[in-house]
Amino acid sequence: MNAATVDSTALTERELVQFVYREASLLDQARYAEWLELFADDGMYWMPLSPGQTDAKLHTSLMHEDKLLLGIRIERLAGARTYSQQPPSRCHHLLQQPEVLSRDDEAGQYQLRTSFHYIETRKDDQFLLAGWATHDLVRVQGALRIALKRVDLLNCDAAFGNICLFP
Amino acid sequence: MSKYRNNPEAIQALVRPGEVHKDLYVDAELFELEMERLFANTWVYVGHASQVPQPGDYTTTTVGTEPVVMVRHSDRSVRVLVNRCPHKGVQVAGGTCGNTGKFFRCPYHAWTFKTDGSLLSLPLRKGYENTGFEHCEASQGMATAGAVHVYRDFVFCRLAPQGISFGDFFGGSLSTIDNMVDRSPEGRLEVAGGVLRYMHPCNWKMLVDNQTDTCHPMVAHESSAGTAVAVWNRAPEGTPKPMAVEQFAPFMSPYEFFEKMGIRVWDNGHGHTGVADSIHAAYSPVPGYWEQMVAAYGEERAQAILGDVRHNTVYFPNIMVKGPIQTLRVFKPVAVDRTLVESWTFRLVGAPDLLLERTCMYNRLINAPTSVVGHDDLEMYERAQQALKARGRDWMNVARLLEPGEADAPEAVVNGTSERQMRNQFQAWARFMTSEASA
Repeated sequence: MNAATVDSTALTERELVQFVYREASLLDQARYAEWLELFADDGMYWMPLSPGQTDAKLHTSLMHEDKLLLGIRIERLAGARTYSQQPPSRCHHLLQQPEVLSRDDEAGQYQLRTSFHYIETRKDDQFLLAGWATHDLVRVQGALRIALKRVDLLNCDAAFGNICLFP
Repeated sequence: MSKYRNNPEAIQALVRPGEVHKDLYVDAELFELEMERLFANTWVYVGHASQVPQPGDYTTTTVGTEPVVMVRHSDRSVRVLVNRCPHKGVQVAGGTCGNTGKFFRCPYHAWTFKTDGSLLSLPLRKGYENTGFEHCEASQGMATAGAVHVYRDFVFCRLAPQGISFGDFFGGSLSTIDNMVDRSPEGRLEVAGGVLRYMHPCNWKMLVDNQTDTCHPMVAHESSAGTAVAVWNRAPEGTPKPMAVEQFAPFMSPYEFFEKMGIRVWDNGHGHTGVADSIHAAYSPVPGYWEQMVAAYGEERAQAILGDVRHNTVYFPNIMVKGPIQTLRVFKPVAVDRTLVESWTFRLVGAPDLLLERTCMYNRLINAPTSVVGHDDLEMYERAQQALKARGRDWMNVARLLEPGEADAPEAVVNGTSERQMRNQFQAWARFMTSEASA
């Protein structure tokens, strides 16, 4: 890729921010298959168990899933014998304006940080999680994809009940 | 009106050979008596010695609902103290862990206690002269567990000062802990990888029952493990099988697999699934590990250690150990319908990191509040907790493969789909709920 094509395809901040809004919006609308398509083939969703956690392998996480595992999760949600999702959970993300932390147009790599309040509900129960998401985005054949979505919950080390969807 | 407190016969009558009464799961008085008797008269897991390596190191937890602090005393022994100041009742050790130095200091009025619980000093001591303080309970310092036993770094306590000995209580069941520790080439474990904490709105015994319930995985986990297998089967041919699929897939094994793997029971409510085979038997080898084990133990012994692939071992009343994947789950009773599940993992000291990575992955996929397998199970527990209150059916059935006279043979190996281990737990439950009933 030469310099001219980089310039012509450089993403505006608005495009980056809109990507993050759209990602949350797809989850809130339960459009999970479309949501999964936002991930790069080797993309990961990571929700650490400890504040400031750096190791996803030798330390347990709440979630550390590649596209295969995320796909299993999504297919399961609609399964005829997935009794824990009958009725289904619903979620809502309330996002603060995403902040672009870094950008490298030549490499097509971007990082954004977004504070959120996340609500998940099922039957008569509802709970709130607060935290921030860090999106590592990559440009793959002209389109933005998620290389890593890291979700840091403010109370990641708390005793939770079920968290069934995707903060 | 007390239904059970002064009525050991009524408690005994709740456990029949092939069924148990719903009150074990829904009756608040029984829960209270469990905390007073069952969790005082049995040996209950407190923690692992690697959590408190240095004098003054402590960690806080609960035994039943009793708040305790496990601390390394100045003589390097591990002590278990009731975490309550004898002055005004304030929790002395704060947070989950730390180092308290040579003594605990209550943050309210600065009374201090040695790490064996004895009262060290209190401000304005003169004010207690000629008050009869030495006859007050407070002069004895913090209460301690009745007895503490450390077995290969696993710390257990019996809250009651008198009762069954550690060795008599656990008997042959300690072989599961032995096997897990022996899997380290250095014969040593360390707590590692963090702890998952998962709140369950159900009675603690539902979780214990579930550990040796081998007729539920292919049904309740069809949604999670079944979907994992289905998705994996669509992967292009030749794709290397991911570790996660290796861990999910065996949950979908047919009944015959679980029948053949067997169940072993020991006296006092302990027992394990996976005598001949288990869902942990077919994991890919970890490079370099076998050679380390052979160097440490010799080929024959290494083979014997790694060939023992026990699935779930229940240590009555409330923990489960998985030797081949180095996890320990504690089912902490909070209320009759509330249980905190803690899932701990261990590093096999000296073994390749990949083993800890595998263990952490298993813990995350199966035991986390975000785990789809966990969601499957919790849905069933919640439904049971609600529906057990229904009238018209008052008993829960545990008759599968009941054999006449089995209660007279405390140790046995039986068909892996038997509910023998559940019956074993209920017999122990009735025994330890009533043995001190007059005390």
